[in-house]
Amino acid sequence: MGYPYSHDLEVNTLLSRHFGDEKARTLEGWKELGGYATLPRALEMEPGAITDVVKESGLRGRGGAGFPTGMKWSFMPQEPTGPHYLCCNADESEPGAFKDREILRWVPHLLIEGCLIAARAIRAQHVYIYVRGEFFPFSRLVTDAVVEAYEAGYAGENILGSGWNCDVTVHIGAGAYIAGEETGLMSSLMGGRAEPWIKPPFPAQAGVFGRPTTVNNVETLAAVPMIVAEGADWYRQWGTEKSPGTKLWCCSGHLVRPGTYELPMGIALKDVIYDVCGGAPNGKKIKAVIPGGSSTAMLTADELDCEGTYEGMAEAGSALGTASPIVMDEDTNIVRAMRRIAQFYAHESCGQCVQCREGTSWTAQLLHRIERGEGSLSDIDTLYHLCEQMTGRTICPLADSVVFPLRSSLDKFRDEYETLIRC
Amino acid sequence: MSDTTNHVTLTIDAVEVTVEAGTTVLQAAEHAGIVVPHYCYHPGIPSRPAQCRMCLVEIEGQPKLQPSCVFPAQDGMVVYTTSETAETARKSVIEFLLLNHPLDCPICDAAGQCMLQDYAFETGQLRSRYDEAKLVLGRDRVADDILYFGDRCIVCTRCVRFMEELAGDNALVVAQRGHKAYIDTFPGKDLDHAFRGNIVDVCPVGALVHEDFVFKARAWDMDSAPGICPGCSTGCNINIDVVENQIVRTKPRLNPDVNSYWMCDYGRRHLVMANRGVRTEAPLIRMDGELEPASWNEALTWIAGRLEGGDGAAVVSAGAANESLYYLRGLLSNLGIDDGTFRVEQGEEITLPGFPKLKLRADRAPNVTGAELHGFKRSDTLPDVPGGGVLMVLGDALAEAPADYGANAGFFLYVGSQLYPATANATAILPAASVPEMEGTFVNYEGRVQRFHQALRAPGVARPAWMSLSRLLEHLGVGEGVLDVRSAFQAMAAGTTGMEDLSWTGLGLRGELLSEVGQPAVAVE
Repeated sequence: MGYPYSHDLEVNTLLSRHFGDEKARTLEGWKELGGYATLPRALEMEPGAITDVVKESGLRGRGGAGFPTGMKWSFMPQEPTGPHYLCCNADESEPGAFKDREILRWVPHLLIEGCLIAARAIRAQHVYIYVRGEFFPFSRLVTDAVVEAYEAGYAGENILGSGWNCDVTVHIGAGAYIAGEETGLMSSLMGGRAEPWIKPPFPAQAGVFGRPTTVNNVETLAAVPMIVAEGADWYRQWGTEKSPGTKLWCCSGHLVRPGTYELPMGIALKDVIYDVCGGAPNGKKIKAVIPGGSSTAMLTADELDCEGTYEGMAEAGSALGTASPIVMDEDTNIVRAMRRIAQFYAHESCGQCVQCREGTSWTAQLLHRIERGEGSLSDIDTLYHLCEQMTGRTICPLADSVVFPLRSSLDKFRDEYETLIRC
Repeated sequence: MSDTTNHVTLTIDAVEVTVEAGTTVLQAAEHAGIVVPHYCYHPGIPSRPAQCRMCLVEIEGQPKLQPSCVFPAQDGMVVYTTSETAETARKSVIEFLLLNHPLDCPICDAAGQCMLQDYAFETGQLRSRYDEAKLVLGRDRVADDILYFGDRCIVCTRCVRFMEELAGDNALVVAQRGHKAYIDTFPGKDLDHAFRGNIVDVCPVGALVHEDFVFKARAWDMDSAPGICPGCSTGCNINIDVVENQIVRTKPRLNPDVNSYWMCDYGRRHLVMANRGVRTEAPLIRMDGELEPASWNEALTWIAGRLEGGDGAAVVSAGAANESLYYLRGLLSNLGIDDGTFRVEQGEEITLPGFPKLKLRADRAPNVTGAELHGFKRSDTLPDVPGGGVLMVLGDALAEAPADYGANAGFFLYVGSQLYPATANATAILPAASVPEMEGTFVNYEGRVQRFHQALRAPGVARPAWMSLSRLLEHLGVGEGVLDVRSAFQAMAAGTTGMEDLSWTGLGLRGELLSEVGQPAVAVE
């Protein structure tokens, strides 16, 4: 599949400008395209000044939670008493999301430059790029790029003669969804099971190896070089006041043109689905959309006129998440789709918290029974009860992740459940 | 509360409680006498994963329920452990835990002492809403002597964390994940640590069971007595569980100064095996060349009439109680014998890294310090018996003695609980209660005087050695026979350096250090 996908919207592509261009993968080619121009400038800046630019740009974490990146960096101790670490979260596992892998795959040097600038800002000596285990070809590409960066003096000791040292390590995960949760990622990075830990301690207090750590998403870090280069105001020309910049949208499901699109923040969800992606194929109507990756609440076709920002999607009763709408047309069996999602989370539950360990699996089993036509109406009550008991009761939000789509599907498509139960 | 700045006052279920800053809400609740149900939290295991979600409580100002095992108590905090939200959450955790639980309480060894059973009973949920097939994990042998019942396991990971954090041996892991998670040994590793037995004690349910206890006794049929492990000179505090006058298991009893919550496997097996062998059940005196049974009065009179001072030797066991040693010393003085020796079996010293004070110590006897306090000297060999002289033996000191040992003595008195080949040479034998059959005190390696209680009935007319020796002294015209342990202890303490200030009641269940700890008989580590 080539890039960029064509669509009718006039958009300045920032992150995705060189997607599809083989040249961008090599250091030589990347430099010709203007790469590594910001790092020398960042090396002359005070760490605090870098953080300030990112803070002013309003960049928000692209991993799904949308936490202001500059603020996250400012939580790191200003006077280091020992090593600091930066973890680049490239464990993209959310069903429906496929944006980070495009950055890893096409512009690995953009990510590395972003990582180094961010490391400079948080006074880190070591960057760990935690790549999802299944991304074999991409992790190789990133590793090759890191080797090139070391050879060219962009990473390692005395970077570009500045006297500043920073190592970059590519770490390959072993295949757990929950390694994408920041504490789970750090547990895994330290050689343990990918089991999230209860906060406090927060990563900025005691993260990897007990030291202050910042965990940032790939897409967040990839946006850093251009923000530092062009300034906060430049970045704010896209998007809204609260959600500035551009966002990679991963559109999948029943669409004419599914794919990864870089779009300015604030675009209406319906425009993404109908204009950019061409709506459902074969003239079918759309029944439901899970807008932010499988862990967000479902929207019906009537609810799609909402602003594609963190705050806009929250207002619509869902979440922007990773901006990964999964579109389901009128022929979709919602119970079956929901069962498949629940099954995923049951499979991926790390098994620490009782509500999640037993609740996700029970949910999947109940849904499976209803799907087979062996359910009873009381099962719907039980599902609601499970939603209640799995929300906000656990260490990490994995249990909540199944509740959001489940509760919304029960609320909005109860008739489908009842039809399957009664037939 | 002299230092108010380091204390916080909070309200838990309408009870106001003041605790040190840094205390968790769960511990603060304990101070207030409120038990917050929990599984993964164990006071002896440092880590607090807060993963069982059983101890969730409602705290004013907190949007979500908070795990009380990690949430720090703060000044002015208002906590509800039994509010509707907290109760519902707890109820739901129990429902979740029981989804795949086999409910095999009738054959489970933890029944009656099971936190899952107790809390399930409390929540009063009679029917499960779970109609699916239960997941069956079966059982596994995780160690030579420990069985793992996977279906009963609630994956609180206490056992895994005990091995990692206390034993320093990552032999156990959680295998698989999610609802399929179970406990297993790390691939290629054996669970053979010398302290592994503690994983059975920390298990809040019946998932881990000692194989030598499995299906042996019901919790409600067991009598339990606080004892001191006689396995080595550490003197771990234990509970001895007994059914029908048989020890079925020993479990560690909390003493933060000695063994914390733990004990070693050597000690665990030691007492269960202790009462094997041929027991003395009645006094025996040598009549016409044969040892014949006699009544206590008859025997004591007979012995008192024949004992004479002069040359002699004495051997004691370093497993004998202080009180017995004291009265033996009195008897020896009366006969003009000043010395006396004991032998101590030696073994490998093994430390519990997470609580380094706890070691299986090289001296495999509980009262080495006590024996030395009473003037007995450590020796590798048995003393030579002067021909025709007196030989006094207390306790199981002759277990490995040559069969003709003591045959040349003029008078050979054996006060012990078991018969050995050499005891056949005795002139008289006074049957003694073994350690679990009597009360008394030991002094451990660091000079801590500790009481042990009686767990078993002694066979026949066997009596504690201190009782029979004091009565023998009475027959010799010295003092009065002592029939209760408190008097025996007080007499002993009054006459023993370092113990003058100790009282029987004052020792309590945790013991007290000798007053001259500066110069203990055995070097303190």
